[in-house]
Amino acid sequence: MAAPTFSTEPLELASRILAMAEAAGADQADAVAVSSTNASTTVRLQKLEKVSESTARSVGLRVILGGRQATVSTSDVSDAALNEAVRTAMELAQISEHDPFAGLADPGTQARSEPQLALFDEQIPELDGDHRLQQAMVCEQSALDADARISNSGGAAFSTSVSSFALVDTNGFSGTYADTSASMWVEVMAQEEDGQMRNAGWSTSERSLHRLDDAAEVGREAAARALRQLGAAKASTCEVPVVWEPRMAAGLAGIVSGAASGEALYRRATFLAEREQEEIASPLLTIVDDGTLSGRLGSRPFDGEGVVTRRNALIESGVFQGFLFDSYNARRLEAASTGSAWRSVGGLPQIGSGNLSIEAGETAPERIIGDVEDGLYLTTLMGFGVNYTTGDFSRGAAGIWIRNGELAEPVQEINVSGNLLEMLERIDAVGSDAQWFGSTSSPTLRMSRMTVSGA
Amino acid sequence: MSDTPADVIGFYASQLGVDEAAAESVLASALGRGGSFAELYFEHKRSGSLSFEDQQVKSTQASLSQGVGIRVVEGDAIGYAYTEDLSPDAMRRAAETAAQIAHGSRDAEPVDVTAESYSADRYAIASPSTSTPLAEKVELLRRADQAARAWHSSIARVDASMVDEEKRVLIVRSDGRMVADYQPLLRFNVSCLSELDGERRNARWGGGGRMGMAYFNDQSPESLAEEAARQAVLQQEAREAPAGTFPVVLAAGDSGILLHEAVGHGLEADFNRKGTSNYSNRIGQPVASELVTVIDDATLDRSRGSVNIDDEGELAGRNLLIENGQLAAYMQDRISSDHFSVTPSGNGRRQSFRHAPMPRMTNTYMTAGDDDPEDLVRRVDYGIFCKAFSGGQVNITNGDFVFSVTEGYLIEDGQITAPIRDVNLIGNGPDVLSKVTGVGHDLEMSDGRWTCGKSGQSVPVGVGIPTVLVSGITVGGTQMRSGAGMSA
Repeated sequence: MAAPTFSTEPLELASRILAMAEAAGADQADAVAVSSTNASTTVRLQKLEKVSESTARSVGLRVILGGRQATVSTSDVSDAALNEAVRTAMELAQISEHDPFAGLADPGTQARSEPQLALFDEQIPELDGDHRLQQAMVCEQSALDADARISNSGGAAFSTSVSSFALVDTNGFSGTYADTSASMWVEVMAQEEDGQMRNAGWSTSERSLHRLDDAAEVGREAAARALRQLGAAKASTCEVPVVWEPRMAAGLAGIVSGAASGEALYRRATFLAEREQEEIASPLLTIVDDGTLSGRLGSRPFDGEGVVTRRNALIESGVFQGFLFDSYNARRLEAASTGSAWRSVGGLPQIGSGNLSIEAGETAPERIIGDVEDGLYLTTLMGFGVNYTTGDFSRGAAGIWIRNGELAEPVQEINVSGNLLEMLERIDAVGSDAQWFGSTSSPTLRMSRMTVSGA
Repeated sequence: MSDTPADVIGFYASQLGVDEAAAESVLASALGRGGSFAELYFEHKRSGSLSFEDQQVKSTQASLSQGVGIRVVEGDAIGYAYTEDLSPDAMRRAAETAAQIAHGSRDAEPVDVTAESYSADRYAIASPSTSTPLAEKVELLRRADQAARAWHSSIARVDASMVDEEKRVLIVRSDGRMVADYQPLLRFNVSCLSELDGERRNARWGGGGRMGMAYFNDQSPESLAEEAARQAVLQQEAREAPAGTFPVVLAAGDSGILLHEAVGHGLEADFNRKGTSNYSNRIGQPVASELVTVIDDATLDRSRGSVNIDDEGELAGRNLLIENGQLAAYMQDRISSDHFSVTPSGNGRRQSFRHAPMPRMTNTYMTAGDDDPEDLVRRVDYGIFCKAFSGGQVNITNGDFVFSVTEGYLIEDGQITAPIRDVNLIGNGPDVLSKVTGVGHDLEMSDGRWTCGKSGQSVPVGVGIPTVLVSGITVGGTQMRSGAGMSA
């Protein structure tokens, strides 16, 4: 079996560098090591385009010396390189300044047992390149076959990853887990006789093969999306209801989660500051972050500081429940860790969500669209136009215009804008059609009014 | 002093055991199944960062990343594998993995590797910042913090950081070429929060390039910090931006992001080889106003996007992309230049040894025109003046692109008036470039603050542009102008 042998190496590596740091005189330290084997096959127009496969591993160390902290990482894991990394960390810590909040997680909050989260699919390490090739080929072929107007392809790929993560600290925490993931994407172009080209992609990503969407279905979805954008033109500038398809609404959940970061709160760089327990959104809206869901991409037994993961409601029936914390920001703001630390080998713990979901409502998506006389069905957002401090939202968009309750003509080269606090309040319908996209799930949402800029 | 190419080759041989013979042996494994071409990309990167917040050094970081990426090409297809372990066994295993793209079994001709020298002079530095005493860097961060706080009483938070790296790359190819480069990179960042009557506004600014501490000879930490503070305070007075399509004047410098998105990505040859770009099959055709000439230039002195050689071992140069509105050429990597039967343009770049190269921009800019920049503003009755940006994105296939303005103003009756809140602009590449109706004589390059992402890979780039007037771009504000549309 591939899993057990795979998972031991990072733990050994992390323990080895931690022992060196203790010997070098660190007051406190933690070490993280990751090993992963990633394999990917890309095809384009039914020909093999790229095959890649590699195993990567690296180790990171944080030392705390008299309240001063420093981090180092290295992909050279020889004893000489680890010793040099420890020496560098001790030197760097000397020039940092005393930070009373620097430190490891409270041992009382750390995970003591490993829950069964179904993060590892035993089939994935056994897959050979032929399976990846065949799945990518089927996915692209079904997109190319969908319609004569599908004229070109950006390619299709099937990728797998088998990873192992280990974290150890000088308070005695020692944890490791292995996980797998598989994903597939395809992008195709539809073309009209006038030469105008419209593209669309679709993808699926899961921890286990059996949960992945069917390859042919992924291909058909990409083709349907490219075809329905043919003839897209700019809309006129107006204020109208906007229906967010589930994939777009999932992105909105990500923005709310970013604004609910305890670090953003500390920096006062979030529009959610000082709004805990306030009704900031429509009562129809509930957003939950949960790192403990079985088999999901955002699940793990413990966070990047060893703290046990859990369910955190962000918005419950429109009321903002509070911020996500790692131990450090929790100490700075007299809060408690929510098990939300993520740790890469290269730096300090960072706050992030596990599995985010906007809870499904009761309205059928057809009715959400059907009740709109004149509005936008949003299927694409572009750019980075979100100001987390003010909540100002202004992004490029494309989609389908809704006329008299029906999806009518495609539109593109438009902007949608508003302020997030107003946008969340204006949610007047939540669909019953929640869908997962990687580690985020959402149904269709409707906002009663946004500004659409166009011609 | 920074390493010369010969020093880098010596470093790999003496420190890591990678010499001509070792490379020849890995190449033999890479071609063991009959691939038509193979390349080894060795990378040794030391990087460091210092962050300063709450008026003290918050954290310090150092990292070492080293490894080799092995690519085997067979027609248009590639096999790719990398390893962080530079032992002969580990490199041979990676080479055998990459070799599987080919299915033959012929005995490859032995490769005779020869180290090549060239004049690598675009960013030779006297003293690398990575060996500068940390106390000196801390002092720069402290000066930035103090300057931002002194700029305005509403500045409630200052976060400053400095990130630097020194990268030694060695590229060995099955055509026998062995070439190396030493690539320094430094970036200084300041973020300020202005808090006034409970209203919070923030702004970021920064700069750098392929240089060491000499960056601070021409640019003080105070000036970078004051610029971040000025933008944050300015936002306190900003009003809602208008919604609709209006004339836009782009200030010289960072507005080059428009070119990067509107034409830059669309002219990368991988998309054009595949026919998926809206610029495919349009060489020689008009794609912009006659006022527009666009160049991608890897040779600019110490600029963030400059390179001596690209990541496929080609000499990187200056490439004319659009000349007086006509599409002149695409940016090529090895595979696309084979496809188009042209010489590689030196645009094959990659994020690291973990990634296969593809066509990428270096420093992309529009050449200067004849107009007086102030006159371009005077020509606008009602529109937007854009000065600072947070980023952009493009859809290569339909040509739609966006960029986010973080410092913008209304233009009313030919005058720059009130600042506006953050706003996104959207346009279509060839359409917007055909609407360039004025180009200033004031070409300016951005300071070194831009990073470009493509297919999951980030590379440092530069952008530049003179002051430019575009007769219409869609502005994504929230303020409905009377007559601009209907209201629900």
